[in-house]
Amino acid sequence: MTGFVPEPIARQPWQMLIPLFLLIAFGAAVLHSAAGGSMDPFASSHLIRFAVFLVMAVIMSQFGRELVKFMTYPVYGIVFLLLVAVEVMGTLGGGSQRWLDLGFMRLQPSEVMKPVVVLALARFYDTLPVGMIPTWRALIPAGVLIGLPMALVLMQPDLGTALAIAFGGAIVMFLAGLPMRWFLAAGGAGAIAVPLAFFFGLQEYQQRRVTTFLDPESDPLGAGYHITQSKIAIGSGGINGKGFSQGSQSHLNYLPEPHTDFVFATMAEEWGLIGGIFVIGVFAIILRWGWSVARASEDRFARLLAAGLTATIFFYVAINLMMVMGLAPVVGIPLPFMSHGGSSMMTNMICIGGLLMVNRWNREAPRRRLM
Amino acid sequence: MIGGAKRANISSSTLKNDFDRRSIMIGTVMGGIGVILAARMSYLAIAENEKYQVESESNRVNLSLIPPRRGWLLDRNGAPLASNRADFRVDIIPERMGDPERTIDVLGGLLELEPNKIGDLKQSIEDARGFQPIEVASGLDYEKFAAVSVRLPELPGVVPQRGFSRYYPTGATVGHLIGYVGPASAEEYEADRNPLLITPGYKIGKDGLEKQFEQRLRGTPGARRVEVTASGRIVRDLDTREDIQGNPVRLTIDGPLQNYAARRIGLESGSVVVMDCKTGDLLCMASMPSFDPNSFSDGIGSVEYSMLREDERVPLRNKVLKGLYPPGSTVKPMVSMAFLKEGLDPNETVFCGGGLRVGNRVFRCWNRRGHGTVDMAKGIYQSCDVYYYYFAQRIGMDPIAAMNRRCGLGQEFPLPVTSQFYGTVPDPAWKLKKYEREWQAFDTVNATIGQGYMLANPLQLAVSAARLATGRHVMPRLTMDTPPKGFDQVDFPDEHVQYVRQAMSDVVNGPGTAGRGRLPFDDIKMAGKTGTAQVVSLNKSDGKTGPWKYRDHGLFTFFAPFDNPRYAGAVVIEHGGGSGSAYPIARDVMTFMFDPAKGMDALRALEAQWGGTAQERLDRKYAAYAQAAGETVPPAPKRAEDIFDQVEAEARVAAQQPEEIADEAVAPRPEANPEGAPRPNPEQQVIDAARNAGNASDSGAAANPADASQ
Repeated sequence: MTGFVPEPIARQPWQMLIPLFLLIAFGAAVLHSAAGGSMDPFASSHLIRFAVFLVMAVIMSQFGRELVKFMTYPVYGIVFLLLVAVEVMGTLGGGSQRWLDLGFMRLQPSEVMKPVVVLALARFYDTLPVGMIPTWRALIPAGVLIGLPMALVLMQPDLGTALAIAFGGAIVMFLAGLPMRWFLAAGGAGAIAVPLAFFFGLQEYQQRRVTTFLDPESDPLGAGYHITQSKIAIGSGGINGKGFSQGSQSHLNYLPEPHTDFVFATMAEEWGLIGGIFVIGVFAIILRWGWSVARASEDRFARLLAAGLTATIFFYVAINLMMVMGLAPVVGIPLPFMSHGGSSMMTNMICIGGLLMVNRWNREAPRRRLM
Repeated sequence: MIGGAKRANISSSTLKNDFDRRSIMIGTVMGGIGVILAARMSYLAIAENEKYQVESESNRVNLSLIPPRRGWLLDRNGAPLASNRADFRVDIIPERMGDPERTIDVLGGLLELEPNKIGDLKQSIEDARGFQPIEVASGLDYEKFAAVSVRLPELPGVVPQRGFSRYYPTGATVGHLIGYVGPASAEEYEADRNPLLITPGYKIGKDGLEKQFEQRLRGTPGARRVEVTASGRIVRDLDTREDIQGNPVRLTIDGPLQNYAARRIGLESGSVVVMDCKTGDLLCMASMPSFDPNSFSDGIGSVEYSMLREDERVPLRNKVLKGLYPPGSTVKPMVSMAFLKEGLDPNETVFCGGGLRVGNRVFRCWNRRGHGTVDMAKGIYQSCDVYYYYFAQRIGMDPIAAMNRRCGLGQEFPLPVTSQFYGTVPDPAWKLKKYEREWQAFDTVNATIGQGYMLANPLQLAVSAARLATGRHVMPRLTMDTPPKGFDQVDFPDEHVQYVRQAMSDVVNGPGTAGRGRLPFDDIKMAGKTGTAQVVSLNKSDGKTGPWKYRDHGLFTFFAPFDNPRYAGAVVIEHGGGSGSAYPIARDVMTFMFDPAKGMDALRALEAQWGGTAQERLDRKYAAYAQAAGETVPPAPKRAEDIFDQVEAEARVAAQQPEEIADEAVAPRPEANPEGAPRPNPEQQVIDAARNAGNASDSGAAANPADASQ
């Protein structure tokens, strides 16, 4: 088993890792500014968490394919039970609670569920006989695998995470080769269901977020405040930005959540369009690498896993950026690798770790074939 | 179609194909979204950069106007009648308040506000449009100001600041003349969209001269740019531009005289106007009782409003301009002027036996026992009604009405005041037009003794005195920068003026009706004419006793010195019970004019009886009223303007009261000093001075209830 021997440093995917390190460092700089010119409390913990989860990702990357396949369903079951446990504790505690206190960190099972759902679906379609792909037997179990955790997360209620789970799962199903007409039908059903969900499924504050997203100027001091202030921050930054630690929107507290959900606006105000293009560019590099890993894989399980993990990261990035630029309603989704927050860092580093793992499998696969 | 492969054809390799195609498709969509995001960001940062930069600046920078210090109102000698006082104040802006009820309660605790003030505030917040600032308190000491300032973060919409507030050193005595200031109403802001009007702490003139000279007094606001956080906390000052104080307005008013005259009115309700005969300067326009413009400018409390409102002496009405009274016998010198102008020989006499038969009716003289043989001089100084009844029948009404108008009755003067009631000078054409009835003999009878339809305000009476005294068409002026007018226009020939002057001097200094009106000087003599105006018919009241509002008005027009007039004026005391209530005031005011110390001595003695100065009495009255009223007081009108609108309406009604008895001949009331007094000698002056104010020894004997018209 040559897989247990550490690969030489030169073989690591530096074309992705170096931009990622730069993005983390840049994120730390922005958090430094958001804390009013201080490493504490955001920037230092951001860097420490990254270091810890990077080690975790490297360890993950060393897992063997068979081990991962073997562990898939047990892991899914454990995380699902944790999700149930959170729900029960929340109900007993008389309020919504999304995390378990593990002592050293607060674990949000719903966050871990995102990559785990992808993993479980990849495993499911890997084992499903090819001939059953266009049948209901390809659909129903997958639907259950996605639907159960989604329902629990929705009960918390956490629409953003529920949508992320659904998105990751749907991408895996799509790539698994399920008939196109099913997706078209689902799209059509969604077009009907969305208005229904809006009026009956959403909490009032969520409905308000959607309506003000459609016309934020209608209520600039009320619910549209977040979007308006975020656009002001981005727009006033111009091409070059106002300069490091010179952002008035974030420093004078006009921008809500300048270190978490709206970290991109904080960055754009001080670094301008140049900073924004850099961030979008780094994400493009990372996601492109993720796709190339998926496409380079000869193994169906690895292929679906890598694509699903890439899609999960993409979902975070796209929704967050659309939100801060006023293209999507305000849903509490942080920006990967820049926002301050342990759970989101962990989820995204699990995705990176998974991709590194598949990448390693890819490197080893040809050699194995030659043997 | 990518997914359209038939079931039979599905294999690992077709799935791999599907994966490749679909992953390219998803990758393309993702790349497209990335491009859209980059384009969107470029659009925000480049195309809309300017717009958002402005918005970011307007977020960051808070521009607050510094209300300009208002220009001072000065008296003729440069002493302030309205100035500014530095103080600490607290305002609220309702639309920025989270929980108004709670905020007001917290403020009430911090500032130790009275419960009725808190009630008023809650009411005003409900009524106010959100952007209008409401004053909570001004004139605070530093401790209270600081107590509010430190709790600002939990009190949104509360604005504590250092500023200036308007101060009227002489308080109530200038209330009607100067007016007061207050926050701009919604209507005023809509008319003049000046952001200054909704700046907390800024007040505009609401009445009187403050309102008339608003633009001149206003000044230029300063500005303060500060960097603020989203919650409104000030991070630092960026820059400050000082305000420019408004221009002062210098009035012709003599401040001390105004104050003296107002205080001298004492417990009565009335007005004193004094003019300078050489320039037309209005030296004094006192109207009492009044309101304290200092407390009005702090916001009119419901208790205070209610107290002023319930007072039958209408402290809210400026009686100088809006009090209309039948001028009574004070028109007689003017009627005499008309007779002279029409060529009547002043030495021609008529016999007064206590009445005159015209047609089949007998019109009574106020002196039922008769004046004997009466010429024009005696007609004036003894105020003989029969003399005027007789010659008015000969001369006719039109020349008399014309002369009254020339003397100023029925006229509006070009003065910077908010409004003046100009009254009525009736003549046959007027009556036909208004009532569609023919002029009757008794109408002439009434008009010649200043009763019936005739109405004048005290300012007009003062102007008439100045015109009679000088023979010139004196126009009154109120500010030092308006040129004197009318002195080149000769109204009356010199010999007529000399004759009337002497006769009017005899009213006071000779055997006339105002013997106690003599000035306590050997070399300065005052001339004048008494008047007693009846307001209800004889069967309702005898005019001297009974309900206050049925008593006769007391009037006195005067000028001094009589042979070279320097000052002229008029005193009108509402329901004073006759002219005896009016001319002692004129005497003291003129005494103060020539010898302030002597005048003050007389006033101090009187104020000791009355229980303090006008301001002291007003304050005490308020305290007693507030205590008695408790919380049951109805709220003050929402708009300060409404207060004065109502008062004006009532003033008009009050002015028409005497008209009710104009349909019949008025039985003239006895003048205050009907027996007259011998020509002055030193001994008599001592006796006069010793007489007390209530002395009208023989008025009761003349109060014959017999109705003259029957």
